[in-house]
Amino acid sequence: MNPTPPIEEAYTLAALAPVPSASATQNACKLCAPLGASLVFKGIAGGVPLLHGSQGCSTYIRRYLISHFKEPMDIACSNFAEQTAVFGGGANLQLALENVCRQYDPALIGVATTCLSETIGDDVPMFIKTFLAATPGEPHPPIVHVSTPSYQGSHMEGFHRAVRATLGALAKGRAGAAPEQVNLLPGLLSPADLRHLKEMAAAFGLQAMVLPDYSDTLDGGQWESYQRIPAGGTPVAAIAAAGNAAATIELGHTLAAAGDTAATDLHTRCGVPALRLGLPVGIRHTDVLLQALADISGRPVPAAFQAQRGRLLDTLVDGHKHVNTVRAAVFGEEDLVAGLAAFMAEIGIHPVVCASGGASRHLAQVLHQLVPARQHAGMKILEGADFATIEEAVAAAQPDLIVGHSKGYAMARRLGIPLVRVGFPIHDRMGGPRLRHIGYEGATILFDRMANALIETRQAASPVGYTYM
Amino acid sequence: MRTIPLLREREKQIFDKAGNGTFEMACDRHSLAGSVSQRACVFCGSRVVLYPIADALHLVHGPIGCAAYTWDIRGALSSGPQLHRMSFSTDLGEREVIFGGEPRLYKALCELIATYRPKAAFVYSTCIVGIIGDDVAAVCRRVAREQGIPVLPVHSEGFKGTKKDGYKAACDALFSLVGTGDITDIAAVSINILGEFNIGGEAWMIRQYYERMGVQVVSVLTGDGRVDDVRRAHGATLNVVQCSGAMTFLAEQMKERYGIPYIRASYFGIEDTAQALYDVAAHFPDDPGIRERTETLVRDEVAAVMPELRHIRGDLEGKRAAVYVGGAFKVFSLIKALRLIGMRVVLAGSQTGNADDYAHMRALCDPDTVILDDANPLELSRFVIEKQADLFIGGVKERPIAYKLGLGFCDHNHERKTPLAGFEGMLHFAKEVHLTVTSPVWALLRRTP
Repeated sequence: MNPTPPIEEAYTLAALAPVPSASATQNACKLCAPLGASLVFKGIAGGVPLLHGSQGCSTYIRRYLISHFKEPMDIACSNFAEQTAVFGGGANLQLALENVCRQYDPALIGVATTCLSETIGDDVPMFIKTFLAATPGEPHPPIVHVSTPSYQGSHMEGFHRAVRATLGALAKGRAGAAPEQVNLLPGLLSPADLRHLKEMAAAFGLQAMVLPDYSDTLDGGQWESYQRIPAGGTPVAAIAAAGNAAATIELGHTLAAAGDTAATDLHTRCGVPALRLGLPVGIRHTDVLLQALADISGRPVPAAFQAQRGRLLDTLVDGHKHVNTVRAAVFGEEDLVAGLAAFMAEIGIHPVVCASGGASRHLAQVLHQLVPARQHAGMKILEGADFATIEEAVAAAQPDLIVGHSKGYAMARRLGIPLVRVGFPIHDRMGGPRLRHIGYEGATILFDRMANALIETRQAASPVGYTYM
Repeated sequence: MRTIPLLREREKQIFDKAGNGTFEMACDRHSLAGSVSQRACVFCGSRVVLYPIADALHLVHGPIGCAAYTWDIRGALSSGPQLHRMSFSTDLGEREVIFGGEPRLYKALCELIATYRPKAAFVYSTCIVGIIGDDVAAVCRRVAREQGIPVLPVHSEGFKGTKKDGYKAACDALFSLVGTGDITDIAAVSINILGEFNIGGEAWMIRQYYERMGVQVVSVLTGDGRVDDVRRAHGATLNVVQCSGAMTFLAEQMKERYGIPYIRASYFGIEDTAQALYDVAAHFPDDPGIRERTETLVRDEVAAVMPELRHIRGDLEGKRAAVYVGGAFKVFSLIKALRLIGMRVVLAGSQTGNADDYAHMRALCDPDTVILDDANPLELSRFVIEKQADLFIGGVKERPIAYKLGLGFCDHNHERKTPLAGFEGMLHFAKEVHLTVTSPVWALLRRTP
């Protein structure tokens, strides 16, 4: 239907490979901190994110998230004007809080700062206190403040800080007061992954407080009538009771190496034991998670998971020759990269390039633990990388497969290497929110997709045209 | 179902009553805090205007977000260099916020210019740049001197106004390039096309129309844009301004300094496209045959698309549309274009319209059409339901509203890949509307399980 663009041969995508620069970030492999915080607040029942900054911050973030989730994405903004930056954002924030309450009747407002409000030194906690004091007696939803200047860390720092700030502001109790309760802090997973995680906990008879839980709010059904805030999400009451849980399970290999997290804070304040595990991608780390749930609940791993594990092992055996010794590049958020590299190592794929825009400084150490020592020499680890740096490394390594999100498409196309799309964002395919990564089922699906990409490449390259591979 | 509440402060920006009362819209306002406006910011306005200049370096000076969210997001095609599709950022960290970002900006510019050899560089200031005290203009002057290319600061701090101020900042940067190129080979019957961004190849189609009329197109600003073409723009006899909100600033500046008159144009829909071409032809009364050539062109082009449009109209007759886009001029064209295919606009609105725009919009619409300025998702949802729309025309942010409520959607923003301008574009548009409105999926939704 579209006209074929008359693009000169010399300028097709192939000629566009970026060249790394020391002082500029080109085609970033990360997003800004307020995006991560917004995602967390969208995963709380009745939650409305409110960015304290310019109108563009919320609009750009909404557009970016909508393009992946394909769901309504109302994110409010305190909408700085020129005089706001001069006199401070207090009045704007209070007006924004008021209007969000009137329009949305929220159960929680998550106020995330931006580079602008942080740089002018706005005292947001004080503004919130003033807002609450100005309307005594009126019922207000809890207002959680999180500091997320985009000059500090990536969207994942914003995400983790928002989880920590929410629990820090709301969670009370005494560890073990509710022995059937478990706190699950999953990190940035797909809605389909979150649903699977909840099934896991439920199968052990545990009541799980999953924070955030956007499995319904950002992957819901059609609406009969308009919903101001989509149904679903972590109930505020459940977050408030998180201090009573038997344990907190916090997922992410690099997050587990960080000093101060939501799980450690809850342990310090309420005594809830913190189990800091890797992302359950692949067999071994799913085993670890299920064993943890078994220990907490005092119940054995249910037969359904044994069956899933059996099918996964069977699949891995059936297809092992397709993947053993295959070389792959993997990029994305640090914990997803670590999880995928661990799974690859389990099945014989060599993760020859492991790259992230994140810069927690824990990725290399974590990867050295997860990937067998004999592969370390051939494994290029890039932290705080952009796509110029990543492409240079991938071009040099010439892997058989690239595993990462949609923003790696141009690189994959230039290099002629198949891209298996995982994680976030998926901007050029349907089904991003339904992608599966975790658990035995997630591993089975990932395995099929990686193996099939390799088979397809061989099939397409063969002049024979086999219909039987 | 409870009615969605409207914010009191926003009531004057919403017109939803049929009747004879005086029509007065409050507009041209800063968005209300907490209202969840669909608008963007000053930076967005500048980025929109300059983005398609394909042989320039576009460096975003600030923390990473602004550059990351504008990486290769538009369907603005280039027939040559593709540098505009890369995302460049100084990615300021805490260190630069404390000690200043000028050294990093200087180094980044030098490195990127050495690598990519652009014809010019645009440096976009983001929110914090002025606050941390960076003198971006000084760095730009130094690099321009050392590297020998124009390095232009774009004063696009997000909070310093609205998207319109961003358009103006971009036009200021462009205006500093205009007048620096050779214009000796430019004919008397010549124009610049302003405010046309070559989404899906639209500028190529429009340029061909003008060339068939015998009009030389000196520069398209900025679709499939080249720095050298911008430099020559002062050699044209007439500026034809589309998307008036974005580039009238430049047309005004060129009128003042170079005495080049401008006219407004829209290329959406058959009526408006034909009108634009006739208006340009009328500007050159001394050119023998231009009128005839234009008439022939319009006749041929209309004849080529009308049979299929009539066929499509048969399926769409009586359906209702909601239109909410950035600029008011696009709304006018869409109202007419939808009417041509049998559809009625029940909701019309824009992010940036002014009082005159809304008066004109009201005149074009039915008496009971809802008119909205700077709306938000709740308002749009409420009136889409109340007015029982079958179709929503908007951008990415409006799409989920339409789909969640079970109505068709057509993307008329810069992210689309389909050319909707011109006669051929009208057919693409009608086909896309048809494709979404006639999908059997809507019938499935209405069936109770």
